[in-house]
Order: sequence, then structure tokens, then C-alpha cells
Amino acid sequence: MGNRKFKIYRGDNTKGELVDYNCDVTEGMVVLDAMHRIQADDANDMACRWNCKAGKCGSCSVEINGRPKLACMTRMNEYSPDETIMITPLKAFPIIKDTVTDVSWNYKQNLKIKPFSPAQNKNNTEKGLVMQQVDVERTQHFRKCIECYLCQNVCHVIRDQDAKEKFVGPRFMIRLASLEMHPMDDADRIPAIKEDHGSGMCNITRCCTEVCPEDIQITDDGIIPLKERVVDRYFDPVTMLYRKLFKK
Amino acid sequence: MLDISEIRQIEFDVLVIGAGGAGLCAAITATKESKKVGLVCKSLLGKAHTVMAEGGMAASLGNVDKRDHWKIHFRDTVRGGKMLNVWRMAELHARHAADRVIELEQRGAVFDRTKEGLINQRNFGGHRYPRLAHVGDRTGLEMIRTLQDYGIHQGIDIHMECTALDILKDENGKIAGVVCMYRDTGEFIIFKTKSLILATGGGGKAWEITSNSWEYTGDGYAMAYEAGAELMDLEFNQFHPTGMVWPPSVRGILVTEGVRGEGGILKNSEGTRFMFDYIPEKFKNETADTEEEAARWLAGDKDARRPPELLTRDVVARAINAEVKAGRGSIHGGAYLDIATQRSAEDIKKKLPSMYHQFKVLAELDITKEPMEVGPTCHYFMGGIRVEADTTMSTVDGLFACGECAAGMHGANRLGGNSLSDLLVFGDLAGVGASNYAKQLGAVPKFNEEDAKKIIRNATSILNRDEGENPYLLHEELQNNMQNNVGIIRTDTELQKGIQNIENLKEKNKNVKANGSSQFNPGWHEALAMRNLLITSEAVARAAYMREESRGAHTRDDFPTESEEWCQYNIITKKGEDGNMQVIKEKRKEPNAELFRIANATLEDLEAEVAEERKSQL
Repeated sequence: MGNRKFKIYRGDNTKGELVDYNCDVTEGMVVLDAMHRIQADDANDMACRWNCKAGKCGSCSVEINGRPKLACMTRMNEYSPDETIMITPLKAFPIIKDTVTDVSWNYKQNLKIKPFSPAQNKNNTEKGLVMQQVDVERTQHFRKCIECYLCQNVCHVIRDQDAKEKFVGPRFMIRLASLEMHPMDDADRIPAIKEDHGSGMCNITRCCTEVCPEDIQITDDGIIPLKERVVDRYFDPVTMLYRKLFKK
Repeated sequence: MLDISEIRQIEFDVLVIGAGGAGLCAAITATKESKKVGLVCKSLLGKAHTVMAEGGMAASLGNVDKRDHWKIHFRDTVRGGKMLNVWRMAELHARHAADRVIELEQRGAVFDRTKEGLINQRNFGGHRYPRLAHVGDRTGLEMIRTLQDYGIHQGIDIHMECTALDILKDENGKIAGVVCMYRDTGEFIIFKTKSLILATGGGGKAWEITSNSWEYTGDGYAMAYEAGAELMDLEFNQFHPTGMVWPPSVRGILVTEGVRGEGGILKNSEGTRFMFDYIPEKFKNETADTEEEAARWLAGDKDARRPPELLTRDVVARAINAEVKAGRGSIHGGAYLDIATQRSAEDIKKKLPSMYHQFKVLAELDITKEPMEVGPTCHYFMGGIRVEADTTMSTVDGLFACGECAAGMHGANRLGGNSLSDLLVFGDLAGVGASNYAKQLGAVPKFNEEDAKKIIRNATSILNRDEGENPYLLHEELQNNMQNNVGIIRTDTELQKGIQNIENLKEKNKNVKANGSSQFNPGWHEALAMRNLLITSEAVARAAYMREESRGAHTRDDFPTESEEWCQYNIITKKGEDGNMQVIKEKRKEPNAELFRIANATLEDLEAEVAEERKSQL
């Protein structure tokens, strides 16, 4: 596959530039392999975050030619041989150094979410919870999430409007959905989903779903049903009329 | 002049290093018993190696086959470990695993279900019954996310992307703290603590072909060693039989044993299902000897014996290695692992979704249509820090270890699925053990300031020297050496060569140089990890050289059989008075008579005994 050209962002949150590198690329290499080769040979101190190298941990999220991707699952042969590969950090988060960003905001969102609260009923037995496979499948689908934050990175509310204080973002909407749709969860998160987590902020552009490396149907299966639950609770016309009439 | 009072300090009752399954479990349990609990992780939270575990966690829940019982799980474990396990640890694990799995479900894990709606269990190598609670082939992700989402609400003080450098002790040799460094800023910090739990995982990054990520640099072994603790059984390094072999850039990445658990078969280039030729004497009575019987087993016939693909990992890895050596390997030097002819495409995608995805993207191969190419990859350390079974305390007062970095539970070879349950059981025990120790201590012991200064000076000198060795290239050299001289099949001459190379690398590493600043500098981090990798590699190579037999994952070409004599001994490595590594052959304790009986009972007798026990309880 020969020698390939790269442009990689080097710098921090205050200043930085795209630096040119060359790297010999062999069959089967992914973008992360090329970054490691460049790091070992030409740029020992180039920061890059990674762990599993198999699309399971969600550490190596970057933007490759402007598209949010996992560097470990992006093969070099996706690009034409004369194309320069540009690697830049996730745009929605502050840069720590080079392609590494400060994603700590995401960890703070998770803290705001009421965790799993197992129901204490006849299906909570000493042999564990009794739940049918068909009833846990939706929750399991959301739990495939590897927390790569690519969805957070492309969410308009977070990326373009920078309204991080108003919306937890798609990743945590599906975390909420996974709890709300858990057959044995006992907590009510609907008021918080409306008020604290900002479900109304999402205007369903589906950008998050498009970039999800786990193919989670974030918008259709997660966010929209949660929005519907909020609407049912707060904006159902019959309930609203009832509330008005009886001042409840 | 370095002034220690200018370095930030935080005080804990219990501090845990490592935030994989074991570390998170330990920290969570510690919060129930101790006031101030800290957790230090080298990566972001939720990214530790546990996330990559695929197949499941072994526990005798008996949800799929009611005959299962802790005694049979124990027997499978010690037979798989070639009787070198610390008996009490294998007992604790087998007895408590089921409760810990149920507890994990209460904390939010959503396992696959049986028809009755209980936690489903799958077959795995070396386990008599379907025993692995699982979620498709992403069980590790489920486990770490559950513990993370639960753990962040337990009041643990979590420090992410923070590397532990070395342990501090007081003048009486008690644990007093640990010096760490934040990776993003390069800032040093001293965590003072009454007790310290190491949950740092293994050291598989010392090999070239490995399933391990950059984090696996033997930090726990090296820090414990430097602090005077004893290491044990380091010669037992598990090579997982099925790592990817093609393309080269993904060589070593894990292919779950779940593929074989779901019916996958191994073939050589001649199309022969070769595992039938490699069934060890000890397992002949429990393994199918025809394809017909193996097929019946897969179809659910409880009288049929297990297919030979599900023999223990050491056996399967050696078999693949032998086939390749005999010239019957796959195109790229592995074996063919075929699930496509055994299961429907729909089943495969449902049961092994991440394998399907991994091969589709990384190898451009559809596993529902074609066989995979697989070969052995360095995967797991059975050996590690020597601990006391019930408390998990090492030979240093106040220093605890659990998970992969602790020794003893798995003996000479670990069964698949016993690792995740090990993390749950011993993580929990470490949380209790460390809390109890902390409680009986008054104040936090006062650390030796000169030691702290030395640790910091050593770290910064790597950045400050004008020129020196490139840490990445040193690491590559070490990986080459371990792969070629301390690999899956070992010999006297190669091991000697391996040790000599490590000695040379130790000299070179004294002059390792990282360019750039202290801010998020992977070159510096790599250089800091080199010392740990070298101590770990040296202990592995020296222990492997001493053990003159083949047992479990340790295979000596020049001593090809198990020796009764060597089963009586563990190999202990520790830092000698003179600063050099001491390697000691130490006689093992007599086994508990009852456990010895269970381990050596025939399967039929033990099954009858367990059935009888159940009847009398009704």
C-alpha cells in the first residue's frame, strides 16, 4: 500500500497546528496503527488515547478527514491511495493535547442519573431476577454502548450550541432509556428526563445514530420513546384539562 | 531542590490501584466498611481490560444444568490448573461465584436469559456444565459498565488517567502510600493510605503477539516487588489458543472461546478436525472421541461427552502450535476456526455479534460464511503477587492484591470464564480484607520522604537527560525477546538467551530518554512502564528457567511431561538484599484433606455425591 501522507493536529486548547507526517502502510492496517507507527518513529510525545484496538472500549475516538470515527476500526484502505489522512481531536470537547480531549463532562452527566433500582417483588428471587429474554432485549441493545462519545461529539446541542448545561446528550439519553425500559427497574426518571436531562433539547436530526459504531438506534429506539413518555406524562390534553379543572 | 511538601497529598483509609473488574469491586466493597476510599485508574474509567472480556463469568448457578455445584466447579478449576492452584482460593472462588453474579445483576447487569427467565449459562473449555453467565460476547463490557455505573454513586474518590509509580512505606515496613502521576498534566501526587489494594492486571504487553492493551505492563508486580513483596508462579503465562492472525496489524486480538462454546470446530489445512488427536490421558474419559458424539453434545444430548475443542486452553494452544509446526497450518500460519458450518448465520450474529463485527471490519471476512484463521496469543498471567487466600494480603503489611495481578487462584492454567468471577469474588474479599486492616491501624503510617523524592527524581530524569534510548524501540526489542525466547514452547538454551537479553535491556533502560514535556506524553509513559515490564519479564524468564517440567501453560521442550516432584513446589521471586532478583523453589503446604478428596474424585462419584446431598436437603 506504500507510503502515505498524514496531517495530525499537534497542540493544546490554546494553540496548535496540523503537522505533516509520512508512514509506510501495509495490508490490513487501521488508522490507529499508522498513528502508533508515527508516534514510535517520528513523534514520541504525540498524545493519543487507545486501549483495546478492537472497537470494544471506545477510547480512540477522533475525527478522520472531518468524520468522527474510532481510529482502531477505520481501515486505511477506506481511503484512496493518494488521499492525505487528516486526524483531529473531537470538536465538541476541550483539547488536552494533540488528539486527546477532556471528556470529563460526560462522566458528570452519568452522576446525575438515578442508577438501577431493582424492584422488590416476586420476580426478584434468590436465584436472581426473573425476566424473559424478549423483555430485556431493548435494554441490552442500549447496553452495547462503549462510551466512545462520538454521538455526543456530533449532537448539535453539544457541538454547535454548546448547551452542555441543558442536555445530557444522546449517550446518556440511551443510558436513561436502558434503565426506563429495564423490566425490573423501579425508579421513575420521567420528571428528571424532562427537567434535568433536557429531553426537549433534541430535535431528532439523527446525527448521533449515524455515527454510532455499535449501530445502536439511539434516536428511534431511545430518545423518541423517552420524549413520548415525557409528553404522555406532562402534555396529554385530557390530563392537562383535568389538572386545569381541578387545579391539581 | 525537591520539596515534598509542595507535592499535593490526599489521605485514604483504603486506596485501590486499577479500575477493572477487580479494582472496582474492591473499592465498592471497601466503601461499605471504610470512610475514605480512593480509586486510581491509568485510563479513563470504564476502559480497563475487563471491557474486552467476551465469553462470560463462571459460576455454578445451575440455571441450565441443575447438576452443577460448587464442588464440581472447584474440581474443574483445579484439574484445569493442573493441581497447582492454592486450594483455599479455588474453594473460595467456587463457593462464592454464584452469589457474586447474582449481586452483579442486582446492581444492574442484564444477562442473557434462559427460557425460565433466569441468567443463561453457556459452555466453555474445561467446565463440565454450561456455567458461564454471559451477555452475547460482550460480557466484560456489561460487567465493567455495571460496576462503574453503580460504583460512582458509592462515594469513591476516583482519579482517572493517573499512573501509579511506586509504593511508599513507613519505617516499620508498613504500607503508607503511593506516588502517582496524572497523565494529562504530568503533575505528581502522593496518596497516603492505611491499606493499598493492587488490582493492576497482568503483563502481557511484554510479548509481541498479545491480546493485551498498552496498560498491561506488569505495574502491580513491579511495584509490589520493589516494595519487598513476594511474587509466585510467574512462569505460567496463558497463551489463548485463538487470537486473530491476519492481517498483521491485528495479530493477537482475541477471538472468544465462546466461538467454540457455541460449537465452533478447529481444522488444519488438510481439513482434518485435529483436536481429536490431542486429548490428554487425564481428560480421555470426559471428552468425545468421535465427531458423531461431539455433534450429539452440541445438539444438547446430556449423555454425550464434550468436543475436544473445549479442552483447556493450554492443550488447545499447544495443539494449534504443533499443527502449524508440522506444516499443516492455515495460509497465514494458524488454524481454521469454523462456526459457519456449525450454526446458522442468524444464530452466529445473535450469539457472537462482536466477533462477527470484528472480523467483518478488521479482516474483511464474514464468519457466517467462512472459517476464521486463529493462533495462540499471550493472554493472561496465572502467577502474580503472592497473597493470603481469605484476606488477599501480600507478604507486605497493608499491601493487598486481587484479580489477575494476584497469584494462586488459577494454578498452572486458568479456565475460560474463571477470570471474571475471580474479579468479583476476590475483589470483594480484598475490599473486606483491606478495610479490616485499615480499621485496626490508628493513623495513616508516615511515609519515608526520601523514598518519595527518589521516585519522583527517577521519573523526571527520563525527561531531563539530553539523549538516550527510544522507549518504543526498547519495548519492541523486549517484545521480540519474550516472543522468541520465553514463548509458548520453552527450552533451556532459549530461556538463558532470553534472560541475558533482559539483562542487556535493563542496562539500556537506565539511559531511556523521552522527548517533549510532561504533559500527556506517551513516550514518557512508555519509558516509565519499561521498568515494570523488565522486572516482570525477568521474573517470568527466571521462574520458567527453574521449573524443569511441563505443566499447564508452562511448556518446556526439554522437559516435556508433568513431574510429580515439581507439583510439590511453587517458584517465588523477590528482591534480594543485594538488589538482585532471588528465585526460590518453595515447598507447598499440604492440601486440605476434604478438598484433596473432591479434586481427585471421579466425576461420576462426585456427581452422585452432590445429587445425594441435594436429596437429603429437600
